Amino acid sequence: MSASESTFSLTRVGAMVRRYWYLLRSSWPRMLDLIYWPTVQMLMWGFLQMYVAQNAGFFAQAGGVFIGAVLLWDILFRGQLGFSISFLEEMWSRNVGNLMMSPLRPVEFIAALMIMSVVRLAIGMVPVTLLAVAFFGFNLWSLGLALAAFFLNLILTSWSIGIFVAGLLLRNGMGAESLAWTIMFLFLPLTCVYYPVAVLPHWLQYVAWALPPTYVFEGMRALLIDHVFRADLMLQAFAFNVVLFAAATFAFLKLLRSARVQGSLMQTGE
Amino acid sequence: MHAQDTPAIAVDRLVKRYKTTTAVDGVSFSLPAGTITGLLGGNGAGKTTTIAMIMGLVTPTAGTVSVLGASMPDERYRVLHRMNFESPYVDMPMRLTVRQNLSVFAQLYAVPDIDGRIERLAADLDLREFLDRPTGKLSAGQKTRVSLAKALLNEPDVLLLDEPTASLDPDTADWVRSRLEDYRRARNATVLLASHNMTEVERLCERVIIMKKGRIEDDDTPERLLSRYGRETLEEVFLDVARGRDRQREAAQ
Repeated sequence: MSASESTFSLTRVGAMVRRYWYLLRSSWPRMLDLIYWPTVQMLMWGFLQMYVAQNAGFFAQAGGVFIGAVLLWDILFRGQLGFSISFLEEMWSRNVGNLMMSPLRPVEFIAALMIMSVVRLAIGMVPVTLLAVAFFGFNLWSLGLALAAFFLNLILTSWSIGIFVAGLLLRNGMGAESLAWTIMFLFLPLTCVYYPVAVLPHWLQYVAWALPPTYVFEGMRALLIDHVFRADLMLQAFAFNVVLFAAATFAFLKLLRSARVQGSLMQTGE
Repeated sequence: MHAQDTPAIAVDRLVKRYKTTTAVDGVSFSLPAGTITGLLGGNGAGKTTTIAMIMGLVTPTAGTVSVLGASMPDERYRVLHRMNFESPYVDMPMRLTVRQNLSVFAQLYAVPDIDGRIERLAADLDLREFLDRPTGKLSAGQKTRVSLAKALLNEPDVLLLDEPTASLDPDTADWVRSRLEDYRRARNATVLLASHNMTEVERLCERVIIMKKGRIEDDDTPERLLSRYGRETLEEVFLDVARGRDRQREAAQ
């Protein structure tokens, strides 16, 4: 059986990753955009934390909570954005028809977008984490295994949201583009990035605990404030993520099927 | 049935409805391997929708499509690597160079010896001088040649072309037609060509299917169509069909 007939082809995934890499390296504004906002955010919250720490004993002891939250939030947000922008590049260049007519499977397309979200994240976030060390003495990498658990859970959520948005874009065209930029901000208050879940009204806490990133941000606070790694929170987040990822993939395939019925794959404009 | 008896493309009572609009209404035809067929029709006749259903991009409301023996769209991954297409409704990424674009698509189609294949296509289609230029910086004619190169990358057995020479000057269009004829001859490929250009259809196609309002109005060789309508050019035949003239009365006159 040839590579083009097999069910899943790493060669085709590699072709798509190469396509996005060619685009990224050919455009310095795209590169700059990856680093710009994470740097601005980290600096703003870092300086705010420094100011608050000088005036409040609790924050002086809980060093790095704000910067840690900012960096982890950026993994979540930029992970989804990296996925969605790579997908949008196909819509903007009217290339979706070419891809859907090629032997590229939807799952291979998704796999390539997942890889590119990590590549884009690495380009944007690694320099920012080093700047955090230089400016504020906060070393995200020192979290070690905990950071790996945080990252895995956050990137899984970001992929799930990215996959769902890609399905909506295929089905509804560029009219759904704004969702790619804004959908994750719905998670910002609900996943308790900057404050504990206990701050929320009781009924809203149920909603928060249904979202995998909430466990990560609670876990981060437990680690940075109480110096305890909450493996139980990470496992619960992972379980929710598995369900979320499966649901997003299922929704994507249903929306793709619907796009074929509606004929929207040939008309990927507005 | 022997493999050589299986039509390359078989369309049977194909229907596509979008809410209240019927884009394709009970279309049937069968194309033997190694033939070039023209799909003619005015705007909104259903040509592009028919081609999209053959490619598996659009799911029919009713009827069946079979390409190289595979039912579309359900079995499309059995045959997509043996098909390709060119359409004005799609583009290639503008920032990538021509070589990068062709290389990515060649990898998607599992083309062996990618560099060699690109070099041969560049020579055949006269792409060499802009092979390393961003695709978005090319003229309309150059872009069409690049799209054609992408369509021929995997040496497809079935080639679907939607307005392949639209926006080209007559010289370049003629040159593209020659390349298509050469390719069909060399590979015994089946080509389905949607076009508004009657000269193109007359020159390339051994069979013409004329569509109007989602239905097939006529289906024959160019010679027999001319004779039956009593006309000298396919353009006149096309106008007769488009304007609903009674062809027998016209022929008698």
